[in-house]
Amino acid sequence: MRLTPTLKAVAAVATLVLAATACGSSGSTGSSSGGLNPPDLKAQSKLGKSEGEVNLIAWAGYVEDGSNDPKVNWVSDFEKQTGCQVNSKVAASSDEMVKLMKTGEYDAVSASGDASLRLIASGDAAPVNTSLVPNYKDIFPDLKLQAWNSVKGKAYGIPHGRGANLLMYNTQKVTPAPTSWSAVFDDASKYKGHVTAYDSPIYIADAALYLKATKPELKIKDPYALDQKQFDAAVALLKKQNADIGEYWSDYLKEISAFKSGDSVVGTTWQVIANLTADEGTKIKAFVPKEGSTGWSDTWMISAKAKHPNCAYQWLDWIVSPKVNAQVAEYFGEAPANSKACAETSDKNFCTTYHAADTAYWKNIAFWNTPIQQCLDGRTDVKCVPYAKWVQAWTEIKG
Amino acid sequence: MSLLNRTAGALYRRPRLRLSLLLTAPLLWLAVLYLGSLSVLFVSAFWTTDSFTSEVVKVWSTDNFHELFTVPVYRQVILRSIGVALAVTVLCAVIAFPLAFYTARVAKPRRRPLLVVAILTPLWASYLVKVYAWRLILSQGGLADWMLKPFGLSGPGFGLPATVLTLTYLWLPYMVLPIHTALEQLPANLLDASADLGARAGRTFRSVVLPMVLPSVAAGSIFTFSLSLGDYITVQIVGGKTQLIGNLVYSNIELNLPMAAALGTVPVVVIVVYLLAMRRTGALSSL
Repeated sequence: MRLTPTLKAVAAVATLVLAATACGSSGSTGSSSGGLNPPDLKAQSKLGKSEGEVNLIAWAGYVEDGSNDPKVNWVSDFEKQTGCQVNSKVAASSDEMVKLMKTGEYDAVSASGDASLRLIASGDAAPVNTSLVPNYKDIFPDLKLQAWNSVKGKAYGIPHGRGANLLMYNTQKVTPAPTSWSAVFDDASKYKGHVTAYDSPIYIADAALYLKATKPELKIKDPYALDQKQFDAAVALLKKQNADIGEYWSDYLKEISAFKSGDSVVGTTWQVIANLTADEGTKIKAFVPKEGSTGWSDTWMISAKAKHPNCAYQWLDWIVSPKVNAQVAEYFGEAPANSKACAETSDKNFCTTYHAADTAYWKNIAFWNTPIQQCLDGRTDVKCVPYAKWVQAWTEIKG
Repeated sequence: MSLLNRTAGALYRRPRLRLSLLLTAPLLWLAVLYLGSLSVLFVSAFWTTDSFTSEVVKVWSTDNFHELFTVPVYRQVILRSIGVALAVTVLCAVIAFPLAFYTARVAKPRRRPLLVVAILTPLWASYLVKVYAWRLILSQGGLADWMLKPFGLSGPGFGLPATVLTLTYLWLPYMVLPIHTALEQLPANLLDASADLGARAGRTFRSVVLPMVLPSVAAGSIFTFSLSLGDYITVQIVGGKTQLIGNLVYSNIELNLPMAAALGTVPVVVIVVYLLAMRRTGALSSL
């Protein structure tokens, strides 16, 4: 066989890959740090002098200095009052936040529950001394010292706001009105090709939450602590659901447009998306089904390697101060964390719409958490499926 | 002055030194930035990640490639992506050929440049605008549904067919241009000779035009094939729940960089194989 030099090179590389693949499949071990034993870091005991600047990582809409919309600005006043120049970097996903925090160039981050535990475990986030954040006392008690923002009673951040993942449906096309998540799982075939779901591995928890209510024999206690059997059941349910899905959404403009055109008629959503879709004139309704729901709660955390910790602490206090917390919650579309923020919103019904102070409402919400090998629900006789496996399973579910 | 003179003299006496000085910078650019990054991609595919913190652990392992070959979903997605790229290429060729034949040989010579410009105009608009326009066209009750309604049909909706359709639209100009150029350069006396020898239009097309234009079709197909294989945005917007290689790379890039790198080598290998196949047709010399 005559081969050209390029072809030879390709063949050589291919052979090499095949040979290497064949003989080394099980020879490696990634170091796994299962179990949550965060490095013993000390929280700051008192505030020092301002460093003159602070570097933040945030979700879009959390750190607004008027450059997107001149009327939306809560950074300039902070800079004037504290003398800390704010440099912010918008992250598009929890994974990007984790990655940016590892660089050590940032002082604080607005982490969701699916990132916060990872930051704590890897020692990238430091414990937070809540007595240095005067506004912490007004934070809703059911947000303090929760599984996603504390470890063994030690706070690792200041709660910023929260939201639930709701079931949204088109009231003209979906009848009778659904009351349960079965509308997107067991009964989804009724709207085949028009069902939508959130495009992220964390959505597996939504399936687990549904199974918790409908398949008691699986004994699911916490949708973020699934052993292999429970996890497989959730994945199987989602694979079945995939046949009925029209499209998954991660960009919320995409979901609005799909509901508007009728390409999606039922699926998960956030309150802010429901409001915007309704504003566009689409007849929709969004609610928490009888099984309860998953949700997210964001936490401002401080980097263990912060170069400007004093400014970072001042930022944490500023962002949860009643007025600013109300502003950011209204702009982003989430329930504020500060109980006094409800008096400061421009729309007086805002806190009612978003159930900010409704403790009973939040009791039914399982907030995003990072699945780790050591089961978060306290079981010690089994190993739970870690998040990396969730990611892989999500790819397989989508097929 | 004397130093400058001496340098100039030395350079004049050593043509090889002159040449190497001239070529060092562009070659370095090619080697370091292009081939270098490709090899970094390939090497990092052999690393692993910490399952909890997603940090890259520089432990040599072939697990990623092993998974690539054994996990069914990866094989499925790879085959689907290649299928999409081939379908787009074939569709583009089928549509582009008559179009180019018209612009290059049938239309009045005065109008030809204008027609070429018209074919190129979609390239002036932003990629995203065009894809979102297709999302509107293909959505429920959109233009496609409305136009097909009188025939009792409905549009394809979002999914794989919509992806192929949109990508075909996006990359069509890249196929039309090389074919147009080849047809334009086709000597008229060959066609005359063919006719003089008694060949009808069909025979002339098969025996004279097609063999001479085929390398250009192959050249155009390199563009349509490689652009489709690497695309992951169109499929997110009009593909419904479809995943292509690009989507898998994207979803792995933050959490499992080595796996993303392993997936990323797949299109590189596929395109190298495709280029080698196309080289036999002489396509590379007619680019």
